[in-house]
Amino acid sequence: MAHEIQAVRAQSPAGVEHTRDRKIFIPPVDIVESKDAILLTADMPGVDEKNVHVTLEKSVLTVLGEIEPVSVKDRKLAYEEYEIGDFERSFTLSDEIDPDRIEATLKNGVLRLVLPKTEAARAKKIPVKTA
Amino acid sequence: MFWPEFRSTGLSSDLWREMDRLQQEMDRLFSGLSPTYARSFPAVNIWEGEGDAVVTTELPGVDPDKIDLSVRGDMLTIAGVRDAEPLKEGEAYHRQERRHGQFVRTVKLPFRVDESGIEASFERGILSIRLPRHRDEMPKRIPIKTT
Repeated sequence: MAHEIQAVRAQSPAGVEHTRDRKIFIPPVDIVESKDAILLTADMPGVDEKNVHVTLEKSVLTVLGEIEPVSVKDRKLAYEEYEIGDFERSFTLSDEIDPDRIEATLKNGVLRLVLPKTEAARAKKIPVKTA
Repeated sequence: MFWPEFRSTGLSSDLWREMDRLQQEMDRLFSGLSPTYARSFPAVNIWEGEGDAVVTTELPGVDPDKIDLSVRGDMLTIAGVRDAEPLKEGEAYHRQERRHGQFVRTVKLPFRVDESGIEASFERGILSIRLPRHRDEMPKRIPIKTT
């Protein structure tokens, strides 16, 4: 945590705008590959479980976490170091993922995705023999 | 957002911004470690009310049992640790952007705090701390007499 990761504003594709007038941030992620699956962990503070949308279209995985704008009752924001907004990020997956078995959990503002590889993708690996 | 740059919007007052800038200058002067000082983590927002203030900060994935809060006078200290998640056998990183480790941050509040009335909650990765103003520092209303 000594290093700084800055909140990165997500770039919308040219000409595409979001309908909501809210900032969108790119969440920092960890991506781990295991034998059978790809595991994706993303920091999405303030996002509720029911507001996470995971879509897989062809090989593009998109995660979107929408926050519910919070305002502390009867108080005014006197000092601001961080801004809040939705989180969105897309990835191109190299392995074939079984879209029906994707699991998503969200706890303490951290989204965890398990993206299981398809049987075909797992079987595709060709061992290289050394002579 | 998490680890944000210090961006201010029209909502924050210039005084706060100025104080923050000064504090950063001081930090830089005294740290002497590197010219590009690490920005304070975690970033905080402060909401001010009549008799209290609410400090919020984003700590996704931090175990709330490992967050240590302490107050002395008008200084609030937030300390904690985000645990690393070690890889299992046969796993490999494609990307590792999320940071882990210990953090400590001290924030100066706009008033002295009544330590007995502090409440903190942790929800969806956001820590919020309600800090009531000390009785001696409550704003007093001064009536203006007209003749």
